[in-house]
Amino acid sequence: MMAARSPMRRTALGGSASRMLPQARIAGPMPWVIAIMIALTVMAASAGLALNNVATNARAEISGGITVQVVEGAPASRERQVERALSFFAQRDDVASMRRVPDEELAALVEPWLGEVANETEAVPTPALIDVRLSGPLTAERLREMRSELVRMVPAARLDAQAGWLAPVFDAIRSLQYLAMGLIALLALTSVAAVWLAARSALGSNRDTIEVIHHLGGTDGQIARIFQRSIGIDAALGGVAGLALGLGAIFVLGQQFADLGSGLVGGGTLGLRDWLVIGFVPLFGVILAMLTARLTVISALRRML
Amino acid sequence: MSGGADSIVQFDNVGLRYGTDREVLSDISFTLYPGSFYFLTGASGAGKTSMLRLLYLAQRPTRGAIRMFGHDLITQPRKALPEFRRRIGTVFQDFRLVPHLSAFDNVALPLRITGMRESEIAKPVNDMLEWVGLDHRAHARPATLSGGEQQRVAIARAVIARPEILVADEPTGNVDPEMAVKLLRLFEALNSLGTTVVVATHDVHLLRKVPDSLIMRLDKGKLSDPTGALRYPPKRENIGREARV
Repeated sequence: MMAARSPMRRTALGGSASRMLPQARIAGPMPWVIAIMIALTVMAASAGLALNNVATNARAEISGGITVQVVEGAPASRERQVERALSFFAQRDDVASMRRVPDEELAALVEPWLGEVANETEAVPTPALIDVRLSGPLTAERLREMRSELVRMVPAARLDAQAGWLAPVFDAIRSLQYLAMGLIALLALTSVAAVWLAARSALGSNRDTIEVIHHLGGTDGQIARIFQRSIGIDAALGGVAGLALGLGAIFVLGQQFADLGSGLVGGGTLGLRDWLVIGFVPLFGVILAMLTARLTVISALRRML
Repeated sequence: MSGGADSIVQFDNVGLRYGTDREVLSDISFTLYPGSFYFLTGASGAGKTSMLRLLYLAQRPTRGAIRMFGHDLITQPRKALPEFRRRIGTVFQDFRLVPHLSAFDNVALPLRITGMRESEIAKPVNDMLEWVGLDHRAHARPATLSGGEQQRVAIARAVIARPEILVADEPTGNVDPEMAVKLLRLFEALNSLGTTVVVATHDVHLLRKVPDSLIMRLDKGKLSDPTGALRYPPKRENIGREARV
């Protein structure tokens, strides 16, 4: 008639008992709150990752890159100095490649500002440009030494590291990355606060049930697992919805940026590793929500005998 | 604290107060023995519910010592208490059934808490529901059960895990006299299997229904002993056990 006692075991309350807290599910606000948080986190994370890719690709592209301008108004003198500059770089062992930027390309670059007249090289003299790529990293000392040697041979030469004039862009990208990380941290904190409030509310509205389980010998861990499970289901539903929303937004934004056709933006394409990180956002959200629920419930239960 | 080695509960100069109010229980000392049937009586406000809360470990006393199952409960850490609670069956005055669970699941709850497998739960729970005459209402939610039926589900839940002590707070307070007698027979049957039963009631007529029962009377937070059950040496021959106030 009566079941024999069994020694205390750490168990979840399986079967129907685990449903003893009424689950609001979609009808309740929690899955939707989590969905919005996850969607925003997915967007912030993908923005941060894309910016990281932009910075990494741009750095790789311009690392060791220098631009030489030969600023000379007289075309004949300019051509002579360009030849001397090319010869200077050709003799160096640390030059991986070099290329004189063709006049047509230069004209195309300045055409938006000067119009058709830019094609008439004699009408508007433009500096000659040489794109040089060095092997190994370009240090400030190496740049200084190269500049002084070059100017001795080519007085009209202006030598700049490409990384130098892109430094403000990198600073801006870094700031945006910090902003994305800050946003993710804030969203995580907001999610924790939302789950904390939901768990507290659930504790309040289910106090009688909790007391019964407590008096029947339920441990804090068993009771916390009931809440964890409930919040975990909400978080999983919200996480899937949030991921779908976030991916939709990324897709639309990706299309918009792809249409720009800019080389810099093109470097921000997300790779497999990035998609994996984004895919883990809902999982991380579920774990965070369950952990918050557990800690909230256990902390409240400790006030009971 | 003295008391037989076979005692199941010992209170020694226990006092209880809530906050800074005066003590609701004062200088409570007694010993309970396995397989005995006790009534705890007293007028409303005498401290019966507070005493039961100490017995089913919902409360620690503010002073004194309590030993249960051979362990000093005052020094037990909080995390050790669930194991003790699983050895105590409690029938609450207001039943405290879980409203979202069926009668079956309410009765099964103590077994699930102990970690029993689902495949092993159905038979004892169905047997227990049959024992209290509710096998036909196994799937009913508490809200659809009458007061007497809820009371019987609460009793079935309290005894399903075969507790060593059954503590019942006014278990017949919400049922008609006929049902009250039936419930008492359930308690007696459980008692005959070796469970110590403590029933709090203010219904003096109930005391006569269980002839071998022992009576503890609470009056304004103090314990008296009309049947001599708690004295040493005991007044009644059939007690035959060491006890003292």
